Amino acid sequence: MNFFLQLVVTGFALGMVYALVALGFVIILKCSNAFNIAQGHFVLIGGYLGYTFLVVFGLPIWATILLAIASAIVMGILIERLTLRPLIGQPELAIIMMTIALSSVLEGLATFIWGGEYKTYHGVLPTLSVKIGGISIPSEPFIGLIVSIIIVAILLLFFRYTKMGLAMRATAEDLQVVQSLGIKATTVYAISWIVACIVGIIGGILLGAVSGVMIPLAEVGGKAFAVVLLGGVNSIGGAIFAGIILGILENVAAGYLDPLLPRGGLAHVFPFIVMIIVLVFKPHGLFGLERIERI
Amino acid sequence: MKFYENYAQDMAIIRNPLQWIVLFLFIILIALCPFFVTDRILTLMTMIGIAVISVHGLSILTGFCGQISIGHVGFMAVGAYTSAILTAKLGWSFWVSLPCAALAAGIAGLIFGLPSLKIKGFYLIMATIAAHFIIIWLVLQFQSITGGADGLPVPKPKIWGFVLKSKSSYFYLVMLIAFLATIVTKNILRTRAGRAFVAIRDNDLAAEVMGISLWSYKLQAFFIGCVYAGVAGALLVHYFAFASVDQFPFMDSVWYLGMLIVGGMGSTTGAILGAIALKLLDELVTIVGPILSGVVAAQAAASLGLITRGLVIILFLIFEPRGLTHRWEIIKAYFKLWPFSHEE
Repeated sequence: MNFFLQLVVTGFALGMVYALVALGFVIILKCSNAFNIAQGHFVLIGGYLGYTFLVVFGLPIWATILLAIASAIVMGILIERLTLRPLIGQPELAIIMMTIALSSVLEGLATFIWGGEYKTYHGVLPTLSVKIGGISIPSEPFIGLIVSIIIVAILLLFFRYTKMGLAMRATAEDLQVVQSLGIKATTVYAISWIVACIVGIIGGILLGAVSGVMIPLAEVGGKAFAVVLLGGVNSIGGAIFAGIILGILENVAAGYLDPLLPRGGLAHVFPFIVMIIVLVFKPHGLFGLERIERI
Repeated sequence: MKFYENYAQDMAIIRNPLQWIVLFLFIILIALCPFFVTDRILTLMTMIGIAVISVHGLSILTGFCGQISIGHVGFMAVGAYTSAILTAKLGWSFWVSLPCAALAAGIAGLIFGLPSLKIKGFYLIMATIAAHFIIIWLVLQFQSITGGADGLPVPKPKIWGFVLKSKSSYFYLVMLIAFLATIVTKNILRTRAGRAFVAIRDNDLAAEVMGISLWSYKLQAFFIGCVYAGVAGALLVHYFAFASVDQFPFMDSVWYLGMLIVGGMGSTTGAILGAIALKLLDELVTIVGPILSGVVAAQAAASLGLITRGLVIILFLIFEPRGLTHRWEIIKAYFKLWPFSHEE
């Protein structure tokens, strides 16, 4: 039983980080109708930035997060301005291919700058080990949990109470109405990319603390897609809920089934199996809106 | 200016004597290649041929039927492993295993194409990405049959006792199949199914209202597209006489889509041009990469490939979304209308 609870708790903490990464995806999708395949690569860049700031520069965690946010803003503006803005009005495939090409360029840059090596900053973060009953929550996932909850809360407040947040929600609802009200859609798009970069990069720092950083960290993107599909692509609450569910399921499934399978690796394909099942039986996810199309 | 007077002329693949001449010159040139090019170029041309076969499949599925698939390499792996297992473990002839590989990949395509009946666009992309990872995972799981991570040695194909071990003999085989694949693609697009594919791509709801069975034609597109992938995958592993999952990396699926974009979506010529262009770019990167590695940093070679390929797709998407075919059409129009050619 303890083993089970341990898996659930660690899964919950990781799931919260997945949810954070998935949020970036949902925000871009809601605001600009673009599917961002490169979300996993923001996480990769985030992990390496975390290594650079924490280990190479030796900064404390709060300064790291502030600097990471600053770099995320620059990155988001550059990406939106240079690659996505010229494609406004192009078909869906063009935008998806653009984000895929972007992911390739980001991966190339990460390889070039950091050498594509395994970097780890285990033990650099402050240790907070918590024991509830017989279960101990490892320090890094716990920090991940706390930071994700704070950022998700900030985002929810941002969408609820600020003018920009309202503008973004309105753009998601109806582009024409928003434009006639004098809100610049391009600014909204830029902000949505910035927010996606911020959550991706912070997610990267948190996940990098748990498992170290290497190029395959970008595969977290795959998990984020599974989260998004399970929760429904246009639902922020759905993404958070599905992130936690998927984190727990993945950890529990890997913990119990991996010893049974000869070559393991279930945690790696698990999100994709979830994806196929969701797509076949409930394509709009748990909380997504079904779009009715007219000719 | 010549006018087409009947339907057959209008639908003909080869329309005038000049095209016949160019075609024959091209075939003779290809046939003579092994006599005067180096082994390295011959290998490159064989790889281009295999890519052309695979991209034709993707072109039917994505370029004509509009069902975006980023799992194409996964289906190539299905064909590759089917053929590899049949020839290496059961000792079947290559000529029997190749159609079996095509069929197996086609059936895998049907299975993973099933979600396409309910979903499209991004959702379908996710389903095909999932297909890739699940297929590769299955290959690794069944180590006793597939060789798993260690790979599986595969015999070279044989024709009536003559083993195609030399580079040039295999080159002819690949070119022949690539040529047949091109003709078959051209012809599929002139059939009822081909027109249904285009209708589905342009507006699937309207197509369904017109009486085109989405269910049947989407699955047909998946089947046909994956059959090509299976053939290409089988040719790939028989060429290297070795099958391993490393030959089927996920990013290759993306590059096949990239080839479609660079070449021009929805055109058979585009598929060929795109495959040639991106494979040449790869070759350039493998030549320049090590030099750059020596000058700048050790990892430059690895990153150069990723960055250039990503950049090429980005630049084509922004500046020439209709691909090389469109440029080619502009050039052709220039000479056709000369001396009264005009811009665009």
